[in-house]
Amino acid sequence: MAHAEAAAHGGEHEETSTGLNHRKLLMWAFLGSDCMFFGSLIATYVVYFGRSKVGPFPEDVFSIPTTSVSTFVLLMSSMSMVLAYAALNRGSIKGFRIWIASTAIMGMTFLAFQVFEFTDFANHEVHLDCVEIRTNEAAIEELTDYEKTFVDECVEGVDEFEEQHGLTPRTNLFGTTFFTLTGFHGAHVTLGVIWLLSLLFFSFTRGGVTPARSLDVDLAALYWHFVDVVWIVIFTVVYLFGVFPGI
Amino acid sequence: MAEQIQTETQSDSSVHTGHPTPLTYFKVAMTLSVITAIEVGIFYIEDLGLGIIPILVVLSTAKFAMVAMFYMHLRYDAKLFTGFFVGGLVLALSIGLSVLALFKFFA
Repeated sequence: MAHAEAAAHGGEHEETSTGLNHRKLLMWAFLGSDCMFFGSLIATYVVYFGRSKVGPFPEDVFSIPTTSVSTFVLLMSSMSMVLAYAALNRGSIKGFRIWIASTAIMGMTFLAFQVFEFTDFANHEVHLDCVEIRTNEAAIEELTDYEKTFVDECVEGVDEFEEQHGLTPRTNLFGTTFFTLTGFHGAHVTLGVIWLLSLLFFSFTRGGVTPARSLDVDLAALYWHFVDVVWIVIFTVVYLFGVFPGI
Repeated sequence: MAEQIQTETQSDSSVHTGHPTPLTYFKVAMTLSVITAIEVGIFYIEDLGLGIIPILVVLSTAKFAMVAMFYMHLRYDAKLFTGFFVGGLVLALSIGLSVLALFKFFA
């Protein structure tokens, strides 16, 4: 009973040296250390930003509308995660199952976006409308710096130029730092989805997930929200700053 | 009726968890969505130039803080939890700035 009350109050008033639940304290210590991990990866990305010798570059491959949608999905998954936790604390196992399943589905949707993005980058094609380029000089100005290096391919008689120049971790510094950073974030999301699905599974077993053991869900929720806040930073620093024309 | 349900939920939630109500969580989610929409909208204003950096930093910091305070319950939990997380954040920021300085990013 005392345990249930402590769990419901976020692990406070425990009989420990700190008066706090040490599992929760450990989780916060882990999240603090993970901040340093992602801080290093983000700093490395920023340091090498603009130093790639060959393309493709961020402005060639990034699609802000697509990434905005996946960011929205991840933000909403955080809401459904807290609603799952709140439902459990109200004693509604059914509500918990619905919201935790929603969170896992949104997490998988985010991962699907990432797989789509990575595949799209790896198969990136430079496409030039040579007829437009020959007849309209302004068309060249609309090309990215990387695309401009292919304008010479538009010789007489060539109407369209299309060649695959994919971005992989080995292509350039941008590819290496980008895939390392977002790949590790994706790995965190994957682990989070597995954790959420395991909680959903155990909610069907006797005594697996109960209001008295809501701390188990609280820890998973903390991890999930952390993945969300890291993405908030990545979305701004990597994507928005990465392709903004003024920078 | 809706108000009654909300009051009951609020009361129930307050008694059992000391955490915000589902309505608060929903409002936070909507605010996060609006801020994200503003970020993306601002992104397309090319005239801002380098001025976009402080604007986006403020907006993303606001989103980060909202998730940490309301969804991660730092606003309601023990201060030691906040200390552990903010401590890690400060160290992360220090590491980041050190790496940038080491590679003469600010030169």
